[in-house]
Amino acid sequence: MGFRNYILVCGGTGCESSKADLIYKTLIEEAAAQGVADQVQVIKTGCFGFCEQGPIVKILPEDSFYVKVRPEDARELISEHVIKGREVTRLLYNKTPKKPLEQVEDIQFYQKQLRVVLRNCGVIDPENIDDYIANDGYVALEKALFEMSGDDIINEMKLSGLRGRGGAGFPTWMKWNFTKQAEGDVKYVVCNADEGDPGAYMDRSTLEGDPHSVLEAMTICGKAIGAHQGFIYIRAEYPLAIHRLEVAMKQAREYGLLGKNILGSGFDYDIEIRLGAGAFVCGEETALLQSIEGHRGMPLPRPPFPASKGLWGKPTVINNVETWANVPVIIARGGAEFAKVGTQDSRGTKVFALTGKVKNSGLVEVPMGTTLREIVFDIGGGIAGGRKFKAVQTGGPSGGVITEENLDTPIDFGGLQRIGSMMGSGGMIVMDDSDCIVDVAKFYLEFTRDESCGKCFPCRIGGKSLYNLLDKITIGNGTEEDLEELKTIAHAMQKGSLCALGQTAPNPVLSTMRYFPEEYEAHIRDKKCPAGKCKKLIRYQIDPSKCIGCTACSRKCPVGAISGELKKPHSINQSACIKCGVCRQTCKFSAITIE
Amino acid sequence: MAKLSLEELRALRARESARMAKRDIHGKSIHVVVGMGTCGIQAGAKVTLNSIVDEIEAKGLKDVIVTQAPCQGKCDQEPVVEVYSPALGAVAYGKVDARLARQIVDEHIIAGRIIKDHQIDLEA
Ligand SMILES: Cc1cc2nc3c(=O)[nH]c(=O)nc-3n(C[C@H](O)[C@H](O)[C@H](O)COP(=O)(O)O)c2cc1C
Ligand code: SF4
Ligand code: SF4
Ligand code: SF4
Ligand code: FES
Repeated sequence: MGFRNYILVCGGTGCESSKADLIYKTLIEEAAAQGVADQVQVIKTGCFGFCEQGPIVKILPEDSFYVKVRPEDARELISEHVIKGREVTRLLYNKTPKKPLEQVEDIQFYQKQLRVVLRNCGVIDPENIDDYIANDGYVALEKALFEMSGDDIINEMKLSGLRGRGGAGFPTWMKWNFTKQAEGDVKYVVCNADEGDPGAYMDRSTLEGDPHSVLEAMTICGKAIGAHQGFIYIRAEYPLAIHRLEVAMKQAREYGLLGKNILGSGFDYDIEIRLGAGAFVCGEETALLQSIEGHRGMPLPRPPFPASKGLWGKPTVINNVETWANVPVIIARGGAEFAKVGTQDSRGTKVFALTGKVKNSGLVEVPMGTTLREIVFDIGGGIAGGRKFKAVQTGGPSGGVITEENLDTPIDFGGLQRIGSMMGSGGMIVMDDSDCIVDVAKFYLEFTRDESCGKCFPCRIGGKSLYNLLDKITIGNGTEEDLEELKTIAHAMQKGSLCALGQTAPNPVLSTMRYFPEEYEAHIRDKKCPAGKCKKLIRYQIDPSKCIGCTACSRKCPVGAISGELKKPHSINQSACIKCGVCRQTCKFSAITIE
Repeated sequence: MAKLSLEELRALRARESARMAKRDIHGKSIHVVVGMGTCGIQAGAKVTLNSIVDEIEAKGLKDVIVTQAPCQGKCDQEPVVEVYSPALGAVAYGKVDARLARQIVDEHIIAGRIIKDHQIDLEA
């Protein structure tokens, strides 16, 4: 007898942190207790991408998409859904039972998405190699080992047009080709899983949900360039991803898909994990290689590039996790097939971590060339809380802001660069009119200032100066000259820094100055923060014509700054007020405003 | 687990893909819905459901998905089974026992003939 229902429980970090593991165990217990253990299979998968609505449980074949599930709900999911065939409406994402033949893709968040990199996330059990193999896993490796030469593999990569997803967008086939042609009998393959960008978690989710795709890809590259050893450099803060990788490597070795004489082909290849301490600069490729060698992670001048002199001075291919996850698809289905998706400039898809003020945040994978408007408004569901869209920040600390006027720009490497931002690794933060643009720039500069390795002075000193100037502006001490100063330092950093951290660190400043000059002016000339965010520049005020004297605010104020008699208009003592905003949230009569 | 040869990997994949395909609900053109409300279950809907699923597996049909649904408001006709297919549209059957369940798979789904004697009108 086969299973009647399959219950997929999300086992990504987001959902695990809200008890998904307990839900998984309870579902198995309940199925046994209610006598249907032989009729349902409970499977723990990788991230569904809808982390904010997690923990996610999906039941097949009805394709019921349950969100914010708690362990206590397990009993009802079994007794109602599995046994009686009734969807548990209150847990459904859209709270309405489905009609026959409707599927999860009907949920707005999943429309317009195309899952290539995340093809197995939320579908297979990442700790079961058989699940991966069932979904065309290791088909590409078979082809690479038995049917293709190194040049054939590189040619397929060339046809695919794949560009590196770690930030710079360098054509992957060229890297492989340089390394293949470099002199030397020992070569290495490295996976960059450092993912230091604040807000980014697509690499983590890919490794957690589909670790074999990266192992398979790295082995294919080994065959292509003539390497026999790979390293995965991953930050120690990703324990679940590390665990899943370890399980996957063990299973692959048992099957002979890693190790000596893979599948009897005569090709030897193995992979080791190296843990990073989590410094942003260690994601830079030369610093990363230094760190694997046991040295302090500091960038080196390039050239030489890793392709000619990499790990221990040997020719080395280093690619990002998402780049790797595309490779098995390219080799299995063909580069030309892969290249059908995307734009002339950038083929394939891109995964973004959509966060900030959107209704649906989560991991989003879309074809290159999708517009920001589609991501923010169609997939993301628009701005939460009925506020007004202000900008999207892409590219993390190396990127910039994109405003309303550029929302219809198709997103690819070139497109984002032309409007003054960057693809970066794929962080995408949506801002509304309560976000201050100077404050956003300051946030990123604080990050790069702290993460600079200090090796070269334009970055070390420049980053600090940019931060200090921005800070000065947000507290109302900025001058017109400071704006010029910001630009001068920014350009010096771009020219004089050794690595991309310093070279791109000024981008958030330059881009916000370019698109929101009036907001900088307001801070400097009028000493006002239009978004009402910079504490030194705002005043909370009570409108006497609206205040009914209910006393609610004065009871909530943590510093006792509000006084007034019952049923008479209240007032705020400005010298005592710490601008926490509690009173404004408390007042039911909209009597308290920010100036 | 012993190391695999190329042939063994391919055999494993064929087996595992077949197992995985049962989980796959996409692109199936025929959809069978078994009414499983309280009244349906009392009337033996669980047996009906199991008979349909087993018969589909026995006949090796791949293009069919079987789901459960709550009570259809036709308690006197339970268990009710509805079949959606491109060829025959939506057709409902009433009082489906294990034997009729197998017959639905063999005649309606495989042979493409409506079993007129047991057809019911859900709209009525
Ligand atoms: C400061 C800094 C941090 C970086 N962090 C990462 C990272 O976390 N992950 C990553 O894949 N690439 C990162 N990169 C880019 C790498 O240097 C390198 O370009 C990339 O790993 C190449 O892989 P790809 O061609 O597949 O994109 C970083 C670069 C810089 C300058
Ligand atoms: S630019 Fe900054 S991070 Fe890069 S080497 Fe120089 S000091 Fe270090
Ligand atoms: S903003 Fe905070 S500190 Fe200031 S008056 Fe309101 S509650 Fe008190
Ligand atoms: S909560 Fe509003 S209405 Fe009540 S006293 Fe404060 S300002 Fe006035
Ligand atoms: S971790 Fe569960 S949906 Fe992302």
